Amino acid sequence: MYGGGNTFEGIKTDSIAQEDPVKLAEFEARIERGEKIEPTDWMPALYRKQLIRMIEQHAHSEIIGALPEGTWITRAPGFKRKISLMAKVQDEVGHGQLLYSAAETLGKTREQMIDDLITGKSKYSNIFNYPAFTWADSCFISWLVDAGAIVNQLANAKGSYGPYCRALDRICAEESFHLKYGHHCVIYLATGTQKQRDMFQEAINRWWTPMMHFFGPSDKISAHTEVLMRWKVKMSSNDDMRNQFLDMYVPKIWELGFTIPDENLKKNPETGRWDYTEPDWEEFKRVINGDGPCNKERLEVRRIAEERGRWVRQALKKAQTKYTVPLA
Amino acid sequence: MNETALKELLYKIADDQLILGHRNSEWTGFGPLLEEDIAFSSMAQDKVGQSHALYQMLQTLGEKDPDTVAFMRNADQFHNCILVELPNGEYDFSLIRHFLYDTAEAIRFEMLSESSYQPLADISKKIRAELRYHTLHANTWVKQLGSATEESISRLQRSLDSAMPYALGMFEESPFEKDLISSKIFGGEQALKERWIKKIEAVISQTQLRLPDWKALQPVTGGRTGKHSEYLQPLLDEMSEVFKIDPTAEW
Repeated sequence: MYGGGNTFEGIKTDSIAQEDPVKLAEFEARIERGEKIEPTDWMPALYRKQLIRMIEQHAHSEIIGALPEGTWITRAPGFKRKISLMAKVQDEVGHGQLLYSAAETLGKTREQMIDDLITGKSKYSNIFNYPAFTWADSCFISWLVDAGAIVNQLANAKGSYGPYCRALDRICAEESFHLKYGHHCVIYLATGTQKQRDMFQEAINRWWTPMMHFFGPSDKISAHTEVLMRWKVKMSSNDDMRNQFLDMYVPKIWELGFTIPDENLKKNPETGRWDYTEPDWEEFKRVINGDGPCNKERLEVRRIAEERGRWVRQALKKAQTKYTVPLA
Repeated sequence: MNETALKELLYKIADDQLILGHRNSEWTGFGPLLEEDIAFSSMAQDKVGQSHALYQMLQTLGEKDPDTVAFMRNADQFHNCILVELPNGEYDFSLIRHFLYDTAEAIRFEMLSESSYQPLADISKKIRAELRYHTLHANTWVKQLGSATEESISRLQRSLDSAMPYALGMFEESPFEKDLISSKIFGGEQALKERWIKKIEAVISQTQLRLPDWKALQPVTGGRTGKHSEYLQPLLDEMSEVFKIDPTAEW
């Protein structure tokens, strides 16, 4: 699950001027023609850097995203949900594994990436810094956060870097099952007892702002990313993705009889786009920079898991196998 | 056929699978490497799925539906062995428990695939095929970590020593043991234990670990008759936390 909104803070484009102009033109022409760039192909340093950053953040989001839902595996009500949720969260961890491998093809090791996650140098999707208080919160994540992730990931799957696109194709196929699972859970809450309905309404009320933040700051205030769009690293603007999500899911939420805590939310018949109250972008910045309800806890869990597992990884290094860069 | 004996057998096996499946799932997000998160999660899904199939079989014998049976009983109504309810501890303990337990389960279901109770024989064949991967996983890791670094060897040894008395408790006999054997429903715990010892010896002998003198150990029993450690009830409370908000609701 990944929103991608926090990826594109300001970038320095100075390094492009130092690239070999012939190679750069060839590279851009290939992308223009819709070809995929592969690990051993020539690429500008900035392209490599941005891709590592994006894929790495995506990978971190998968494994950190496993935590708020993972806490509900042991509490899932009934066999059907228990087994499905295990499989769903397992998929997310598997996506992390796949994505770390894709990022490794660009020259950064999984160990370095995880170190950067733990020290806070590298970010992950902001939404996982919020707590999943109830079962209904976990259903919200499975349905709507995964839905948002699919909007983002389907766009990115059309990007230019081969290993990332192939990983995303597979990830999107799995995410579509998560979405079905999440929707199924929500339908049961929506058509269940008053208590169940209230649980989900409260979950919407809690998660709506983080969900709106999920796609990243409004285009009006985001960093300029023309070069990344041209290189097909960034495939869609934050507002376009947010609008697509609202278009697909607001009617479904309303159809189930729930309300959304934004009285300005409505589709504008003239523009064909959704009007909404801008979520608090100061809160977004604050949370991304470490001051959210769960940032410390999430990183602490990851740090402890890494420390407790270090002896296992060290023991594996005694194996005689030679490390090879994955082909992805 | 002694139906009470059969039910008792099914309950203890199903409870074992459910509780260890639950414990395995607690590794999700916390494994020493992502590949192990994923492996423990797969095993958890298999085990919980297997317990569900066995509870369904119990339902055909007149017991309540699987959700009610799994989510509404208290600890003293569970017949799992104490080994499976112990907390995960560090990875070395989880791995050793997995090795000791799954080696036994693979033999148990192999024996049950010959059961005179046909539905049990049929399902055991399927479960046996799934467990093959669990034992392959356990053996690979025990061999690797049991021969790697000083730390990995000493950790595994400590866990092996502490888990062994509990592992021997897996073979606590049922009050219906003779019935089960004579009616050929199940070949019995004693026969299972003898085969198990040989199998685990064969793996341990390929490592730098040593098997504790199991004959001198007092098995930790009681689980099969509902006398559990302090760890089971909190596990069940957590498992049923949402389900019990409204047991009549559909989730």
